[in-house]
Amino acid sequence: MTVTAGWYMALAASLFTIGAAGLLLRRNALVMFMSIELMLNSVNLTFVAAGRELGVLEGQLSVLFVMVVAAAEVTVGLAIIVAVFRNRATASVDELTGLRG
Amino acid sequence: MTAETVVFVIFALAALAGALTMVTARNPVYSAMGLLTTMFSIAVFFVLNDAHFVAAVHVLIYAGAVMTLFLFVIMLIGVDKAEDIRESIPFQRPMAVVLGAGLFVLVLVAGRASWVTGTRAVEEGGALGTIENVADELFGVWLLPFEATVLLLTIAAVGTIALAQFLDKPRELAAAREAEIAPGHEDEERAE
Repeated sequence: MTVTAGWYMALAASLFTIGAAGLLLRRNALVMFMSIELMLNSVNLTFVAAGRELGVLEGQLSVLFVMVVAAAEVTVGLAIIVAVFRNRATASVDELTGLRG
Repeated sequence: MTAETVVFVIFALAALAGALTMVTARNPVYSAMGLLTTMFSIAVFFVLNDAHFVAAVHVLIYAGAVMTLFLFVIMLIGVDKAEDIRESIPFQRPMAVVLGAGLFVLVLVAGRASWVTGTRAVEEGGALGTIENVADELFGVWLLPFEATVLLLTIAAVGTIALAQFLDKPRELAAAREAEIAPGHEDEERAE
């Protein structure tokens, strides 16, 4: 019994689903943010597994680029969360109704 | 059962447990720890898939930088334990569970339908993802996208500094507005 790429795909699908569910279920902006990170990482896993299956390096390079984008996203996103918290004193997205029409 | 299978099963369980902890934990610090477990497991999977350099970078960036930043922010804005349990949108949470399960099924079906069934390519001379190979590709074919990421990171850093810099102005405005509405408030501040 060897580990095929399909196993990694199934695991990544599970992790992605858990991340998506977390994004929908939680109200804390920080935990929602972590869920997004989890989804990005599960996609990274599929990139690497597929790259190995096909014997190409592009999968790993995609992961590097995703990491850079994720790092930039984390920086700006956390800055926004801190800014919102300092103005509204809450990290719960239910309280943030400033853009409601 | 090969060694790879054993390692895969152990760390797959760890990754799933970490992810579930992240979603279900009430305390955001526990959520961060669960995500950290998942990150380390994913790094192990990278090593299993011959992506040694990517695994090292993954641990450095995610476990080292991103999660530290997350923990800093959690500590900074306080651990908000009293997360709202009441529903602001009716049936939002049950629907989220149903949609999540549906997404899982769809992703699996899509993966089965379109997954390439070629045999594994023959690897020439050891692991694919050595630093040398990655650098050859990254600084050759992918040089321009790499430079673009430099620009992106610079913009992100400048944006973050700008967010922190201009933060105090709206606060001062809000404080001034409060002082106009309630003149007694100003005296209290002076007394402090």
